[in-house]
Amino acid sequence: MRVLSRFLYAVALPCLLALGWWFASRGSQNFFFPPLSGILSAFADVWFSAKIVEDVLPSVLRLASGYLIAAGMGLALGVPIGLSTRLRAYVEPVLEFLRAIPPPVLVPILILFAGIGTTMKLMVIVSGCLWPVLLNTIEGVRGLDETLGATTRAYRFTRRGRLVHFILPGAAPLIFAGLRQSLSIGIILMVISEMFAASNGIGFTIVQFQRSFAIPEMWSGIILLGLVGFIFASVLGFVERRVLHWYFGLRAAERNDT
Amino acid sequence: MIEDRNAATAQGRPTLLDVDAVKMVYSSAHRTVEALGGVRFTVGDGEFVCIVGPSGAGKTTLLKCISGLLRPTGGTVRLEGTEVKAPPQAMALVFQDYARSLFPWMTVEANVELPLKQAGMARRQRRDLISSALADVGLTDVGSAYPWQLSGGMQQRVAIARAIAYRPRILVMDEPFAAVDAQTRADLEDLVRDLWHKLGVTVLFVTHDIDEAIYLGERVLALSASPTVVMDDIAIDLPDARDQIGTRSLSRFGELRKELYGQIQRARHTSG
Ligand SMILES: Nc1ncnc2c1ncn2[C@@H]1O[C@H](COP(=O)(O)OP(=O)(O)OP(=O)(O)O)[C@@H](O)[C@H]1O
Ligand SMILES: [Mg+2]
Repeated sequence: MRVLSRFLYAVALPCLLALGWWFASRGSQNFFFPPLSGILSAFADVWFSAKIVEDVLPSVLRLASGYLIAAGMGLALGVPIGLSTRLRAYVEPVLEFLRAIPPPVLVPILILFAGIGTTMKLMVIVSGCLWPVLLNTIEGVRGLDETLGATTRAYRFTRRGRLVHFILPGAAPLIFAGLRQSLSIGIILMVISEMFAASNGIGFTIVQFQRSFAIPEMWSGIILLGLVGFIFASVLGFVERRVLHWYFGLRAAERNDT
Repeated sequence: MIEDRNAATAQGRPTLLDVDAVKMVYSSAHRTVEALGGVRFTVGDGEFVCIVGPSGAGKTTLLKCISGLLRPTGGTVRLEGTEVKAPPQAMALVFQDYARSLFPWMTVEANVELPLKQAGMARRQRRDLISSALADVGLTDVGSAYPWQLSGGMQQRVAIARAIAYRPRILVMDEPFAAVDAQTRADLEDLVRDLWHKLGVTVLFVTHDIDEAIYLGERVLALSASPTVVMDDIAIDLPDARDQIGTRSLSRFGELRKELYGQIQRARHTSG
């Protein structure tokens, strides 16, 4: 029952917006804003075809692998940096500088080094997704509770035990905040990397449609991008709810106390 | 092999813990604090020793040095004759801040179990220790709850269960009941006395509350203000069976309290 009402709440607004779009655009003569009915039929024609394998799949795979590489690097670098005051003082200015560079400007440079293939696109995605995970992991590890840390030492935890049972779970709330920011950056960069130089991908296809004035098809690509982002965010949200269920419970308990 | 320098304590038991002229100076760029100025005492095997000292006297610092969490800047700590350089296996700690010493991402059972798992103990044995430790502190049915679902007193019981499941020879507690209400505190005091009797574990109990120290201990050490030394070492000659109302209203209890209170007042005056 509660699941059902939660579901209804979640889909109510999207349905309303779609309906609004449907009626507002019905009979539209504007070339750039075709009726939603046209866009939807274009959607079926365009995407339920070989394009799923030729364009959607490569984009999704690049996004997923770039994102996972960035997450792995963010954790692997963030934990030691967060643990060591000395290391932090050493690398933090550099990190702040690197983070300030907008990843799209790296595309031309990366093309020089890595060509226009998958490697370049992955590097673009990683170069943007890395920072939120990395900086949040550092912050999360740095903010770990000292008393808990003393507990792990007093009870002679192994190094691995400290990492698995203390450092990672303790930093997890901030790590997930970073992962969420990284995801939206990753989708943007996936599209951008495909717009510069590519032969397939959702971004590439959208640009092709735009250049050939296939406007309903272009709109259908934009809707598809929204859907891809939504699915990725849902998967992340699912993982987050499982990993951080203790955290949400703790926060709710604290709210009830005060 | 236990060293013979201070072979017997007031109770005539062999020495378990030997704190020998421990000094701790915290120094940072703009400030040096001499927290411990040569603390010296011994604890016999099986004793219940309380340490009282005013706030800021360096009680927590002393316990950190004793438990190997902090290297003293001078002196040595020996447990069972061996110098303590890192947290020893034979010691378990209970911190003042119960809310921050339990892992909020683990259930009560997992919290108690984790130190045993880290020590490489087999699952069967872990199960037995967990259930008997939780039973000992009166928490048999909350094993699958999370710490933040429990009251403060229950959380501190979990921390005690974790410590006793670890089967230490010495249980070290840093103002463990400072943050719970008076009734819970009285219950927890009696719980610790009972566990001490039942398990035969040595207890080193730090508090800033003189009454609590007298009620619980066989011996009370009074610390001076910093730079801290042991100012007084009083044997508590109250009957072994204690109860909150009876023991606290004994005239001997009042005398001991007066004696300790006077000592601590004098320490304030001489140091400040
Ligand atoms: N990490 C540290 N760096 C510098 N000074 C410290 C540090 N820890 C403690 N001190 C100082 O050492 C002195 C003793 O502190 P400590 O926490 O050991 O006292 P305490 O007796 O446990 O006090 P309380 O009863 O408030 O818990 C204090 O003056 C404190 O400011
Ligand atoms: Mg303290």
